[in-house]
Amino acid sequence: MSIKVQNISKSYKTAKAVKNVSFEVNRGELFGLIGPDGAGKTTLFRILTTLLIANEGRASVMGFDVVKDYKAIRNSVGYMPGKFSLYQDLTVEENLTFFATIFGTTIQENYDLIKDIYIQIAPFKNRRAGALSGGMKQKLALCCALIHAPKVLFLDEPTTGVDPISRKEFWEMLKRLQQKDITILVSTPYMDEASLCDRIALIQDGQVLKIDSPENIIKNYNKIIYDVATKDTHALIHDLKNYPSQYSVNAFGEYIHYIDKESDFNTKELQKYLQNKKHINIEIKQAQITIEDVFMDL
Amino acid sequence: MEKEKIIAVKNLTKKFGDFAAVDDISFDVYKGEIFGFLGANGAGKTTAMKMLIGISSPTTGDATVAGFDLHSQSEMVKKNIGYMSQKFSMYDDLTVKENIIFFGGIYGLSRAKIKTKIASLVKELQIEDIINSLVGSLPLGWKQKLSFSVALLHDPQIVFLDEPTGGVDPITRRQFWEMIYTQAFKGTTIFVTTHYMDEAEYCDRVSIMVAGKIEALDTPKKLKEQFKVDSMNDVFLKLARNIE
Repeated sequence: MSIKVQNISKSYKTAKAVKNVSFEVNRGELFGLIGPDGAGKTTLFRILTTLLIANEGRASVMGFDVVKDYKAIRNSVGYMPGKFSLYQDLTVEENLTFFATIFGTTIQENYDLIKDIYIQIAPFKNRRAGALSGGMKQKLALCCALIHAPKVLFLDEPTTGVDPISRKEFWEMLKRLQQKDITILVSTPYMDEASLCDRIALIQDGQVLKIDSPENIIKNYNKIIYDVATKDTHALIHDLKNYPSQYSVNAFGEYIHYIDKESDFNTKELQKYLQNKKHINIEIKQAQITIEDVFMDL
Repeated sequence: MEKEKIIAVKNLTKKFGDFAAVDDISFDVYKGEIFGFLGANGAGKTTAMKMLIGISSPTTGDATVAGFDLHSQSEMVKKNIGYMSQKFSMYDDLTVKENIIFFGGIYGLSRAKIKTKIASLVKELQIEDIINSLVGSLPLGWKQKLSFSVALLHDPQIVFLDEPTGGVDPITRRQFWEMIYTQAFKGTTIFVTTHYMDEAEYCDRVSIMVAGKIEALDTPKKLKEQFKVDSMNDVFLKLARNIE
């Protein structure tokens, strides 16, 4: 077991940020905390990286207790906070050297581990970190979190605000790190990234709603979802919401995801209803279920 | 019928030294349209948007926004547009009401007008019980809905939304898009950037910037046909990868 969280709770003044959360991450696993802003993801990261003490519960990383053995944890984990926290007025190379030195190592010693990522930012190694683009900052932060060859990597929303291409590349990098026996705990508000993790915890308002592999979460979802599209999407949302047996209506890209309350739901009746509402180009078909669908129905 | 152009951009360029952050772009946006402005980080979206909202002047090229020339009438441009981003929204240490009064004042609304605006927003958004709460104490979803409303206080012809939905939960994100639809239906033009590709599908037309240029511009449906893929995400990946 690489990470063990048992009944952790944490409050700030009046707000309960994390409520009785428990989960375990296996060695070598890529585990995702999936949830929106304010779900409590960052608080959990800070507790696990020994920067914050929980009010209740216990947690350990690689067998080390987060309170008692905090020094051992700090030496053996890498942490990339959500907010860019490298030195803006140091260059790329200076930042990396700085973090290597802090951990009593050198860039050369662990170069193999960061090589794939570092070569992408090497052309800018003399540029100040503050002057890098978002994607470059993210790669530098990952290098700095890896430079002491940690066994466990904590990545708090590494892809927030990053474009789809850089996001895809970033996840490819994580997969490669996983091959090198690094356990990764990563959080993201992007539901489409959930499917790239081995297992995920869906989290909202400080509580874990579900823990499982993305495949199982989708497989165990027991409602049928329909893709519905017509020429006028805005009117379609409105009309579907007024359909007597509607359970939920959510926009999903070019289709509306529609769930009906009734088990004997007939798409023909819905088709007729939409025709009466003057919709044209009506399309109704069974939809592929996504993690986002499941999340919204929890 | 000729559609009314609300933004007309011709050969717009912005250079920083030798580097063209925005490189000779031309496009039109029509009244009441939801226009998605996409691109990778560093593609030049923010630079282009800053020019269109009148806070950065173009190196070369021309544009009119809401009928005003970007070079000679940038102050008029500012008066006729709304702007909202995730980074800049409202003041956390003012209440909802104080924020509305403040921004109303900035936009030059009369006191009477601000008063009626507050009353209508309270009704429309059902914010009776939070109108006197500090904005900082509200959930992110509420802040976003409120800052969208604040960006519309002066009834602008166009509203620019810079990654308005980053980080919010999936339900709030959809509620926000319903607000956008409703506003577009009332005739306000929406110019929006996002990294959520499913949101690109909600736009009437989408442009994709790559390395300072607009490499694609069409309806989501036509873009998918053109690139022979099933989703806007794939359009985006294909386009930006091909260029590299």
